[in-house]
Amino acid sequence: MGIRRGHQARLGEVIAEKLILAISLSTIAMVFLIFLFVGREAFPVLLGRVSSAAAQEKPLPVEAMNTLTPAQLRAYLGLSAQEFSSMDRDTIQSLMEVRIEASAEEKPSRDAELNTVAWRYLLFPFQWSDYDKPVYVWQPVSGIHKYNIMPLVVGSLKTTIVALLFAVPLSLAAAIYVSQLANPRWKEWIKPAIEMLSAVPSVVLGAFALLVLATALQSLFGYQYRLNAFLAGIALGLTCVPVIFSIAEDALTSVPRSYTQAALALGASKWAAAWQIVVPAAIPGLFAAVVLGFGRCIGETMVVLIASGNAAILSPSLIEPVRTITATIAAELGETVVGGHHYRMLFVLGTLLFIVTFLTNLAGDVVIHRLKGRLEGKK
Amino acid sequence: MKGRFNKPSIDPVAAFFTGLTGLATLFILAILGVILGYLFWRGGGQVSWHFITGGTDTDMFDASRAGIFPMIIGTAARVLLMTVFVIPVGVITAIYLTEYARSGSLLTRFIRSAVNNLAGVPSIVFGLFGVGFFISFLGGSLDSLSGSPEPHWGKPALLWASLTLAVMTVPVVIVATEEALKAIQPGLREASLALGATKLETILRIVLPNALPGILTGGILAISRAAGEVAPILFTGAAYYLRDTPKSLTDQFMDLAYHVYVLSTQSPNVELTSPILFGTVVVLLALTFGLNLIAVIVRSRIRRQMRAAH
Repeated sequence: MGIRRGHQARLGEVIAEKLILAISLSTIAMVFLIFLFVGREAFPVLLGRVSSAAAQEKPLPVEAMNTLTPAQLRAYLGLSAQEFSSMDRDTIQSLMEVRIEASAEEKPSRDAELNTVAWRYLLFPFQWSDYDKPVYVWQPVSGIHKYNIMPLVVGSLKTTIVALLFAVPLSLAAAIYVSQLANPRWKEWIKPAIEMLSAVPSVVLGAFALLVLATALQSLFGYQYRLNAFLAGIALGLTCVPVIFSIAEDALTSVPRSYTQAALALGASKWAAAWQIVVPAAIPGLFAAVVLGFGRCIGETMVVLIASGNAAILSPSLIEPVRTITATIAAELGETVVGGHHYRMLFVLGTLLFIVTFLTNLAGDVVIHRLKGRLEGKK
Repeated sequence: MKGRFNKPSIDPVAAFFTGLTGLATLFILAILGVILGYLFWRGGGQVSWHFITGGTDTDMFDASRAGIFPMIIGTAARVLLMTVFVIPVGVITAIYLTEYARSGSLLTRFIRSAVNNLAGVPSIVFGLFGVGFFISFLGGSLDSLSGSPEPHWGKPALLWASLTLAVMTVPVVIVATEEALKAIQPGLREASLALGATKLETILRIVLPNALPGILTGGILAISRAAGEVAPILFTGAAYYLRDTPKSLTDQFMDLAYHVYVLSTQSPNVELTSPILFGTVVVLLALTFGLNLIAVIVRSRIRRQMRAAH
């Protein structure tokens, strides 16, 4: 492809080239737009512009019914226009009195005045009035909206760690075997076959974990809860095996054949050449494979939504139900009020996920780029 | 290093580790085999003509009567509409990257990095993006422009689900197209240019027709990926139950993959409805696997062509 311009540039050509460039730039725009529009709903919370504190209304005295306009009065009593027009003065007066009595009986809750979407309630434990010690709680649909994200973060990390412990050794071993040790004729079949694992939709893996794997693992290990972090982690591991395998295999294969040939010529076995020459040369690529696998696991939704048990409990145990960041968004967004604090909190979680995966992708990308450059002899 | 490589005879350590890594490979393949085998064994019996063409007019949870026709239509509609958006953008970006861009330039690196990043964004974040950008922003703006009191555009719809999926699958199309473009013999381009064709003419008449199988592969892989995704469409268009198949771009739709989710989490009795679940899974897998298999075969041909070309 040494030729840049085979012909003198014409106007049409120039316009076409600019158009093509503009459309290519849309990929950069998409990444920006994702950050912008997921972040747009989240920033008000992060900047402290949203408050979930319940407005503590003081009841109005009965005489106020004479000074308020009918519309204000109707709004204060929470009546529909039809109901309001059908009521006479006495009924309204008794409604005003009921209102005063009700508010006198209502115990003022200390928690209701708190802005629970402030940073300190999102990240640190807090002793709510009905608890006897400070706790981490994610409980958005209760009287007091509790938005501590730590149980979800820990839940995501727990399932991801189990997934990686399961998937990383397996995928790396398979990558070494397929790229270095296997008969080349088999290799052409094994590689696409393993990558076919990614053609199994995650919702199908989730359903399989729920209906089959859950029972099998429970009878094998005899733990108490059928759905838990361990089960979700194993199923999650299956979704990142093809990712880790594929990248690791690529990295190992991109090590020049001459390295291996030199080792073999010196009398090394195929294994020794692979383990002592090829793997050390490809280490950054294998590291990138694990990092990208992590990004894939922490962002996976359907498997954990179906198989994790979805209990937002902060606990170190792997055999208790967990709830992840992704599953929380998926399970709760449908029930929120658009623009409300719960809605915005879910976008905060989304922004957090986006940033984490953005960084892992970037890191993986840079490492692989450098490795390829080094192996191909470029600086 | 002395003496380390001086063993021509069979090394037991090497044999052990070769066996171990081979076993790991076999284990992954076995897992895939067991999952597929089990799902087809449980679901194969449910798939009948009636199941595929039947609607959900009776009871969507009645295993003997419920069909999945509306879900098949919904899934087909959302992925086909998606290809209309994703193929032009993906193919044109791939053309820029292989035909126009200078390989070392900062801009090219930025575009590549954006494509890689797009490929790694979690699918649920695409779902949030669909809600925040397509439904609230674009849909909301369209509604306020047309001045309709009821939201017409600013609600979950087939169009928004397809657009969300298109953004998600752009990298798949780009990668496949790029591979196909690189596999074309450089001699073809040079011959065309030498005969006086312009660069654009060369791309349109020589490069693209030759890359067509690769572009199709990209489209097929994008469809296969999108068909199995639930998270991006949860809030942008999929519906739990509808009386009808979608009639316009602003309608919601029922969906195969979403149906699997509904049946595994919201079924009144998971055991009783499991035949429908496994039947739906088999149809969905036939779709994603069948398409992937086609793509793998076309791809291996392109790779052979590429090896011959260079």
